[in-house]
Amino acid sequence: MMDDDENTSGAADPESAVLCLRDAAVAVGGRRLWSGVDLTVRAGEFVAVLGPNGVGKSTMIKVLLGSLPAAAGEVTVLGQRPGAAGDRIGYLPQRRNFDGSLRIRGVDVVRLGLDGDRWGVPLPFSRRFSSRQRTADERVREVIELVGATAYAHRPIGECSGGEQQRLLIAQALVRRPRLLLLDEPLDSLDLPNQAGVAALIHRICERERVAVVMVAHDVNPILSYLDRVVYIVSGGAASGPAAEVITSDTLTRLYGTPVEVLRAADGRLVVVGGPEAPALHSDRHTHSHSDRHGALR
Amino acid sequence: MNPGFTWNIVTDFQWMWSVPSMVNAFRGGFVVAIMAGVVGWFMVLRKQSFAGHSIAVTGFPGAAAAVYFGLSATLGYFGFCIGSALVIALFSRGGDSGAGDRAHSSALIAIVQAFALALGALFLSLYGGFLDSTSSFLFGDFLGITSTDVLTLTVVAAVVLACTAVLGRRLLFASVDPAVAAARGVPVRGMNLVFLVLLGATVAEVSKFTGSLLVFALLVMPAATAQVLTARPGFSLLITAVIGVLVTWVGLTWAYFGNQATGFTITSLAFGCYVVAFAVRFLRAQLSDARSTLEHAEAVA
Repeated sequence: MMDDDENTSGAADPESAVLCLRDAAVAVGGRRLWSGVDLTVRAGEFVAVLGPNGVGKSTMIKVLLGSLPAAAGEVTVLGQRPGAAGDRIGYLPQRRNFDGSLRIRGVDVVRLGLDGDRWGVPLPFSRRFSSRQRTADERVREVIELVGATAYAHRPIGECSGGEQQRLLIAQALVRRPRLLLLDEPLDSLDLPNQAGVAALIHRICERERVAVVMVAHDVNPILSYLDRVVYIVSGGAASGPAAEVITSDTLTRLYGTPVEVLRAADGRLVVVGGPEAPALHSDRHTHSHSDRHGALR
Repeated sequence: MNPGFTWNIVTDFQWMWSVPSMVNAFRGGFVVAIMAGVVGWFMVLRKQSFAGHSIAVTGFPGAAAAVYFGLSATLGYFGFCIGSALVIALFSRGGDSGAGDRAHSSALIAIVQAFALALGALFLSLYGGFLDSTSSFLFGDFLGITSTDVLTLTVVAAVVLACTAVLGRRLLFASVDPAVAAARGVPVRGMNLVFLVLLGATVAEVSKFTGSLLVFALLVMPAATAQVLTARPGFSLLITAVIGVLVTWVGLTWAYFGNQATGFTITSLAFGCYVVAFAVRFLRAQLSDARSTLEHAEAVA
């Protein structure tokens, strides 16, 4: 929120914006999932796509990646149509934990993010005489250090914990220095300390690397204090804008159709608290449906 | 027919290599072991062992049909293995998503396998009585390998290995992390198709050595052993190839002097390697645990 003023002033300008949606809508199988979404994201901004499950938050990511066409409206990603700027976008799909039997090191997974889409194989011992190899090695080491995964990057990734895997995957998404990072529920299935840690890491990346982040989440609290902008999607409606304007008791209560309160904690942080029936909104999760209920608008 | 093993290694090997078919077996075995190791390494990583097994089983009716129609068994192996690989690749849903798709794929693979075995039974009965070569189709026959076979094996292996090398990183990416690979523009489904065809060709070759039932000796075991020992991809592939060649050569020698089927000797040796690798990893883990406990104790004291 450091440069909120600069970012919110002025009309949406698709040229300088990393990401621009105008009156966008999406339909899957003929069913309109959401519509009327306006959103402009600039470099270094942290944006959350929030809402209960099953309303099509992940389809927003698919639209931005270009794998699903928008049913209406205009979508521009890095000044181009979605899908045309693939190599400047880092993507972290909804996980997906690597299972324990996968015998590939974390550093290999990060490396695949750098050159996994190239043909051929690196020649053995090529790092001795190829400066490109050394540059690549250096970049992988650097990005692993950035996410704080140096200690376990050389272990098989299947043996790493959920939080460690998530950090390595963020490194994988970042390794090509993307200008836009699309994260689909990166805090899902992490315990509370790891949620806080990964959220702080993403915020740090926004600030330091000037990467714009669009993050899908169903629990706003771990990221609330870092957000510049939010898009709230609920079935039938959407609201977007600066976090301070959208995350209010009135707006959320109207969107959810159930009492939702936004409280200010003693240390100044905002906390979103749902009414007693709020968890029911989230009961249509297909994975981890019981384990992470606590994650719903607490 | 074979002389006994005399423990005089030099004379033993001179004796063994004076038989032309044994020399061919050693040459062919080398080629097959390397190809099976590399392709099998990806198969183990992609968790497509079941598909590989079913493709191998379809080699049996393929060989039986080819012999029934008076064609070479090799042709039958290749035709049926690659054909079933295509069926599995084209009719299973993309391998990159949920458990439902995987269940659908594994059911499809099982159907292909069952139908293949039924066809095998059909061709055996059409042939009238028990086909002499049934046992070699199922358990391998290394003495039947001719110089022409070795040439065919080498050409196919060169093509398969070249394709695998060209796919290289893309195949690894699509195998380890299909969702991100797809977002980066790697055609994950296309990779699956090409890989299964390569697997079909590999399995057809290995079948000649170990028979349809025991292809996994060279396809899965060296790769699984290497993946137990290391998580570095390049090193792991190297270990796979070395183990594959070693068990094949030692297995051939054992089969020659011990009058055993290669299917049995090679498989037993590969299994032995796997067990040893597991023991090594277990001991290594115990050792590093003990060391860290010791260090911890020292740090506390």
